[in-house]
Amino acid sequence: MIVAQRKSVPELLDILGCNKKVLVLGCGTCVTVCLAGGEREVSIISSALRISSRIRELKLEIQEHTIERQCDNIFIEKAADAISKNDVILSLGCGAGVQAIAERYNKPVYAGLDTEFLGILEERATWTEKCVACGKCVLHEFGGICPVTRCAKHMLNGPCSGSREDRCELRPDRPCAWQLIYQRLKSIGELDRLNQMKAPKNWNFSLHGGSRMIIREDHRI
Amino acid sequence: MNYDNFQPLIIAFCCQYCSYSAADLAGSMRLQYPTNVRIIRTPCTGRLEVEYYMRAFEKGADGILVAGCLEGGCHFSEGNLLAKGRVGYTGKFLSESGIEKERIRMINISAAGARPFVEQLNDLIEVIKLLGPNPLTKISNPLNKETLQ
Repeated sequence: MIVAQRKSVPELLDILGCNKKVLVLGCGTCVTVCLAGGEREVSIISSALRISSRIRELKLEIQEHTIERQCDNIFIEKAADAISKNDVILSLGCGAGVQAIAERYNKPVYAGLDTEFLGILEERATWTEKCVACGKCVLHEFGGICPVTRCAKHMLNGPCSGSREDRCELRPDRPCAWQLIYQRLKSIGELDRLNQMKAPKNWNFSLHGGSRMIIREDHRI
Repeated sequence: MNYDNFQPLIIAFCCQYCSYSAADLAGSMRLQYPTNVRIIRTPCTGRLEVEYYMRAFEKGADGILVAGCLEGGCHFSEGNLLAKGRVGYTGKFLSESGIEKERIRMINISAAGARPFVEQLNDLIEVIKLLGPNPLTKISNPLNKETLQ
């Protein structure tokens, strides 16, 4: 899922300015799960904005609304009424959600969250990055542990020899990805995969080739 | 500004398994605490969400006391620990919004703790008297206190 974090209230106030009707628009999918932009967070952030607005006399009128998914036109339509009644939209969706709303409505749409990464819920209230969406998955070669994402140096022929006590040299709070890859391949009996040299990664499939698009002709009418 | 006659409006969210009984016991023991404390019984402090606290301040509360069971003694195992985190998070939000984070406090009290309950409540009231009224009520028309009362 996409993991995001809220911007601070002063940051949001900076973005919003004053004398506006603001719709705080939540998203019920990824950002709800990562406790950043769901219905509950919409309510909390709206309260905080109303309080700040009155203390600083910014004259912001805040309305709350949450839709199932901001990155899907079918669900975006359900926010049409609320959007039409407000001057600006503060989207608590991920970057994709903000842009989907902005493309559909001719009103200023501001991002209320910082979209961070594609990750998983590691344990309660802890999310970790697992995928950088590089466009050419190599997970099968590394026992299901992605060196592109989880190795700080993105090494495909690691390790870098800088790790200490299984910890990453650059991020001592994170495990060395290559230590994990070695242990994993050993436990599933595929250590021989490490004997094969990996060719340099082709980044043309990634963001370096511009924004990406997928068209499934078989599903088009 | 002179706050001599200021009587803060306190919302006390009390867990029904401990501090609500403690508040009840305080009454039986004839312990005194100011009348402008509004006690709201909750099934567990873990049921309380950040938006409840924010909404209370938005509506004009001067302070919030969240009273849960002793740590390790929650009827639902860890509700009071969840509440502790949420109260801390609310404080952070309040600071960002322009309200002092000292206006919200979590305490842990057993059902027999009538005296500590009253002491903690009085202490919070003293702190809030020093801080003055909720900044929202200071600024504009003294809003929704009736709603809460």
